Amino acid sequence: MTLRHVEPVMGTVFSIVVEAGAGGGELQKTNKIDKINEMDESRLGAGIATAVARLHAIDAKFSTYREDSAISRMARGESVERDSEVAEVLRRCAEVEADTDGAFTAYPAGRLDPSGWVKGWAIEEVDRILREAGSRDHLIVGGGDVQAHGEPGLGRPWTVGIADPRQQDRYAALVSGRDFAVATSGTAERGAHIIDPATAEPATGFASVTLIGTRIARTDAYATAVFAMGPERGLEWAQERDGIEAYAVLPDGRTVETSGFARFLVG
Amino acid sequence: MRRAIVTGTATVSGVVLLLGLKPHSDTPLAAKGANNNFTITQSGAQGGGQPSSAPSSSSASGSSGSSGSSGTSGSSGSSGTSGSSSGSSSQPGSAPSSSASGSAPATGSKTVTGDAADTRYGPVQLAVTFSGKKITQIQVLEYPTETGRDQEINTYAIPQLNQEAMSAQSANIDGVSGATYTSEGYQQSLQSAIDKAGA
Repeated sequence: MTLRHVEPVMGTVFSIVVEAGAGGGELQKTNKIDKINEMDESRLGAGIATAVARLHAIDAKFSTYREDSAISRMARGESVERDSEVAEVLRRCAEVEADTDGAFTAYPAGRLDPSGWVKGWAIEEVDRILREAGSRDHLIVGGGDVQAHGEPGLGRPWTVGIADPRQQDRYAALVSGRDFAVATSGTAERGAHIIDPATAEPATGFASVTLIGTRIARTDAYATAVFAMGPERGLEWAQERDGIEAYAVLPDGRTVETSGFARFLVG
Repeated sequence: MRRAIVTGTATVSGVVLLLGLKPHSDTPLAAKGANNNFTITQSGAQGGGQPSSAPSSSSASGSSGSSGSSGTSGSSGSSGTSGSSSGSSSQPGSAPSSSASGSAPATGSKTVTGDAADTRYGPVQLAVTFSGKKITQIQVLEYPTETGRDQEINTYAIPQLNQEAMSAQSANIDGVSGATYTSEGYQQSLQSAIDKAGA
């Protein structure tokens, strides 16, 4: 049995797929297993509800679109009660900033906006809550960023399409894996919206760049950074980074990838 | 478990229609804002049968539809002219244009209009045609068009999402990376249509 949920939140859509039951198939024909599966399912369903509530709570605190969020108030220079989650997020942003020589920052337009970390972290929170509810196999997609855990069927990995930034009716590539994260930064949907902190200009060197890693918050923040760095520097940076692979579509349609990317490719 | 959703539900054999938007339109949209619906219906559908399919399309006025069509994936997605658009289902067994005009039930094909989803960029609303549990067609009734930016985005994103919804199952794709923005309203409206259809 597969549990699915779609939740509009944080200005985008999160979708959650949880595979309940031990791989399905023959096993499920016995009553005993059916009972266990039922219990699992209600527990997992409750986990999904908890995760969704968590997403809304994160949004309330971190949204840059809500005037009353802690982040908006801090960005306006208002004094805000110390909040350990906010502090943690800002610490993570600072780490990534250091990792990327400033290509990622919590102040992309000179104003506090840690969204580049928050969305991925929110996905990780869903991942954590689902695991705590007993899930061994799930896939979470939040606004085009993906965190996978386990597998959708016995011996079958999760398959993730990478949207082609140039051709609307195709995927640029399909990748698959078990415990992995996929994040894409690009200009296709939102235009040139990533500011290169070094020049304060929108970065335009890629049509899109996709990073694969293990955890989505860092993978997503790195994708933003690599995009800002541009192809030459960005891909070299990704190549040297352990546990990160990159796949880029350039504005002229050529694709470039890091040396370890191919092992994720399907077909 | 009725919360089936795009990535994974749609067992679709025929890829269908999609939009005939031109990639770059410099003409500002005529009716800006409110009810600037870009409606595409199956050609026969308006004749009578199918009650649920959306506000009548005839007045999709001067909007970008006039700029000719871009069918996708070898399907019959001719949604060319503005207003009376025609996109015929490419699903072999089900309701090609003719059968829609009479009584639909024979083929079990029905069209359900999803809720209009409010996004921060504007409303998005779909009508989804089911043949049994298969989605055979997705029509975009409304999408954000406030700015040239929106148009550009939607020219890209909506066909992308349609493709995604339609092909997800066949290609066995569990999720998509890199499609972010318009997906919010799109998936929301699609989900509500799927829920209503009980598919």
